[in-house]
Amino acid sequence: MAVLSTPKSAVQLASKGRPLKEHLFRIALLASLAIALVFLAMLIVYVVQEGWPRLDATLWENQPSIRRPETAGIQSGIFGTLWIIGLTALMALPTGILAAIYLEEYADKSKWYNRLIELNISNLAAVPSIVYGILGLGIIARWMQFGFTIMTGAITVSLLVLPIVIISAREAIRAVPPSIREGSLALGATQWQTIYRQVLPASVPGIATGSILALSRAIGEAAPFLMLGAATLVRFNPEGVWSSFSVLPIQIYSFITRPQAEFSVLAAAAIVILLAILLLMNSVAIWLRNRYQKRW
Amino acid sequence: MTTGQRRLSAVATAALVVSLAAACGGDAKPGSSDSTSSAAATSGESQAAGGQLSGEIKVDGSSTVAPLTQAASELFGEEQPQVKVPVATSGTGGGFEKFCAGETDISNASRPIKDEEKAACEAKGIKFTELTVATDALTVVVPKENDWATCLTTDQLKKMWEPAAEGKVKTWKDVDAKFPAEELKLYGPGTDSGTFDYFTDEINGEEGASRKDYSPSENDNDIVTGVSGAKGGLGYFGFTYFEENADKLKAVEIDSGSGCVAPSVEAAQGGKYTPLARPLFVYVSATAAKRPEVSAFLDYYAGNIGAIAKDAKFIPLNPEQEAKLKSDITTLKSQG
Repeated sequence: MAVLSTPKSAVQLASKGRPLKEHLFRIALLASLAIALVFLAMLIVYVVQEGWPRLDATLWENQPSIRRPETAGIQSGIFGTLWIIGLTALMALPTGILAAIYLEEYADKSKWYNRLIELNISNLAAVPSIVYGILGLGIIARWMQFGFTIMTGAITVSLLVLPIVIISAREAIRAVPPSIREGSLALGATQWQTIYRQVLPASVPGIATGSILALSRAIGEAAPFLMLGAATLVRFNPEGVWSSFSVLPIQIYSFITRPQAEFSVLAAAAIVILLAILLLMNSVAIWLRNRYQKRW
Repeated sequence: MTTGQRRLSAVATAALVVSLAAACGGDAKPGSSDSTSSAAATSGESQAAGGQLSGEIKVDGSSTVAPLTQAASELFGEEQPQVKVPVATSGTGGGFEKFCAGETDISNASRPIKDEEKAACEAKGIKFTELTVATDALTVVVPKENDWATCLTTDQLKKMWEPAAEGKVKTWKDVDAKFPAEELKLYGPGTDSGTFDYFTDEINGEEGASRKDYSPSENDNDIVTGVSGAKGGLGYFGFTYFEENADKLKAVEIDSGSGCVAPSVEAAQGGKYTPLARPLFVYVSATAAKRPEVSAFLDYYAGNIGAIAKDAKFIPLNPEQEAKLKSDITTLKSQG
């Protein structure tokens, strides 16, 4: 995507001119980066240290227990989270990517209704997640009679991340140079052939990165699930999309509010698992991007 | 395969891996638990084959009472592993909202049902029974280093917490001239909590009436940290949180006119710890109670209430209350 980048030699030449100011600016940039990284590192070190005594197989082999906090696990939460994320990926990614293709490749931007759609997608991306929770409760759980099930949770979270998927997929599609499309069309390909064979493959890295970041956001959500009646104490794994469920963030919160000290250790261990799932997904995103990155 | 198609299929594979990981989670039995969408309606699933019941009992409500019902469901699960009891914690009010919409079978509550909630249940034709399942002693705590407040009268507590105290009662000396001029730092549960409702009702004389310049938290562990870190700190929460943190905190004795009483299991059971000993409830829908798995669960709950309360670290019922719980369940079942 990096179409324009200043050659390295030019940068080095420029910084020779005014060493002091240039160096100060560089230090400011580095400091900003350090703040983000140091806090992430501190968080990881802290939770691993706190949760260390419980970071063993019992954590994912056992179900949560109020009676035996020292051997309680988080299996139902791990499976609940994976179910929700899997379904969300199945629903939100195709819809979001197709919507992005329409907006970038087909929509006539001079028409007022297309501009209105664009504006509203940006607005939707900024709506707090609890609002989606209320929507899910009122419309999906009650009016559509889906109840407090995985299906309801997954649909709600899909709606939550859909704007993010659309926006990032549009960015990726827009980054494909117009000359690629023009070349394809000039050789006699139809519009759909151009999109399917040229534009989409070229934008895969960007779409994949954006999609996985959107799903990562969905993993960490607790607010909408609180509204949707995700149970805090579930001792069975989901058996299908109509099953009751719990998710990791909800379980972590319920552990933290328990009086026994063992539960705060368990909560820290559960946070490590949640972070591990998140980092795993992010590394898949980075791998996909590097594997398929294309330069023109 | 062109390079373009290869790229696309790689993304598809990645998406598939994620969804497969999810699908492998449980033994997917298609359409096995479809009845959840209309929870309190009929349950075609429950069969009493060979004494083994199955089905799902939906519980929501107070997070204070949840550990008790959860402990019951854990123990019950050892006898009836096919019966699932997911316990959600939307709070007493949130639980009643779902209960009276017919979406749950059992509602945990740390206060009795309100009239408007009753009306909502009636409008939906939901009949229910209130069961007292345990006792809690709301405990007023100060840090260990506080050597002046050993016993507080309910009037002194009111002086600290009433709405009129806002901005005026700032030090312990403002509460009572005998106390030092240490800054009074108040910690308490948030306004959505049933504990808050109960405390304000008993101490300030009106439910929900409280000064607002205190540090509220939905997480009682924050109150523990807050109070133990401030010399002039004072807070209140359920007895369990005090028991688990007795090394850091001191429980204040309460004088409601007939002498100072320290919060304890015996005082709460015997009705001496007034006015802060409170009953904890479970509400059961009459329709749900007809289902064999719910009926068996209730029998188990009542039959083992002492062990369950001990396991979940609650104050057990006294013998009369336990007898009443059992007779209430018998009445509930005979109604069906």
